Amino acid sequence: MTYSILLLISAALVNNIVLTKFLGICSFLGVSRKLETAIGMSFSVAAVIMISSVISWIVYYAVLIPFDIMYLQTIVFVFVIAAVVQLLEMFLEKYVPELYSSLGIFLPLITTNCIILGVAIINIKDGYNFINMVVFSFGTSLGYAIAIIIFSGLREYIDQSVISKNFRGIPIAFITAGILSLAFMGFSGMVKL
Amino acid sequence: MKIKTFTNGVFKDNAVFRQFLGLCPTLAVTSAAINGLALGLATTAVLLGSNIIISLLASYIPKSVRIPSYILVIASLVTVVDLLMNAYVHDLHKVLGLFIPLIVVNCIVLGRAEVFASKNNVIDSTLDALGSGIGFTLALLLLSSVRELFGEGSIFGVRIMPEAYNPFSLFVYPAGAFITLGLLIGMVNMILNIAKKSRS
Repeated sequence: MTYSILLLISAALVNNIVLTKFLGICSFLGVSRKLETAIGMSFSVAAVIMISSVISWIVYYAVLIPFDIMYLQTIVFVFVIAAVVQLLEMFLEKYVPELYSSLGIFLPLITTNCIILGVAIINIKDGYNFINMVVFSFGTSLGYAIAIIIFSGLREYIDQSVISKNFRGIPIAFITAGILSLAFMGFSGMVKL
Repeated sequence: MKIKTFTNGVFKDNAVFRQFLGLCPTLAVTSAAINGLALGLATTAVLLGSNIIISLLASYIPKSVRIPSYILVIASLVTVVDLLMNAYVHDLHKVLGLFIPLIVVNCIVLGRAEVFASKNNVIDSTLDALGSGIGFTLALLLLSSVRELFGEGSIFGVRIMPEAYNPFSLFVYPAGAFITLGLLIGMVNMILNIAKKSRS
């Protein structure tokens, strides 16, 4: 129990997936221009992380290990993720059309978001059991949401300030992310697993 | 032979500095020059294989299932590279770890397959893959050399800075990766703008 709580804090804050492990940078920079889209993105990423982690964990232990074909891990996981995104898209389109239209292009883009595949692989690599796997996936989604929401708030301010022409856009966004990452370094050492 | 196909990928459309693609591995593995070089070469190998295979198969793949087919080709190649690196350069494989399987979702590889290899012949696709791959490798090498130089005082483990230099360890921390890449992209923009101004 204590381990699970520590794992949650560690995944969300101390080892923040975006700011210390550099996963999901593309979407972190791409959709963080406005606060609203950042919130929409973090919810859809969280949903896909949770569903695809559970399925790929089950597939790994129920299919890949018994048949001794662990080396197919990468290929199988990519297809699980692509299928989950596709199904989620169809489900939302049919049953929650309002949410579907507000998420729009973000949904298909999630397939190539490296957080999803990264979490699925880390779950196997670190040998989590089922409960800790769910906790870790949830903590990671939470960490992604925290990072992208804070960052989009910062970027809305930056867009209004005067910046040298050469640094406008992506370069200044990187430097801001660096300073945010420095702030998150303050959490290091808070949890020892 | 279209030499432009090759040079565009290296300089004008450099994946990291001009198109901002493949940024996750760029930031994560560049704490030392050797890691940057290794991941760059691994990505180039996958890119070369996928561009060649896809340009050969493009006419046989139905349009509606092309993306899953490309991902299948790329994922298989990444698995091959992953197993080969684990067998022959085990120490490097351990350091790069997660980021080798993650080449599958590197936008550069799928991007070149969709934009270039599916519409061009084998030779052009090979050149394009080599150009983009080398451009990506050079970008990784530049970023990792700068970070290792200031963060450790050395490049490829060889001491460059004088003995009295006290390593500025911010550069090897995650925060340093973001800040260094931001500054480098800014500097590249600055050089390009100056060049453009002096030409006109």
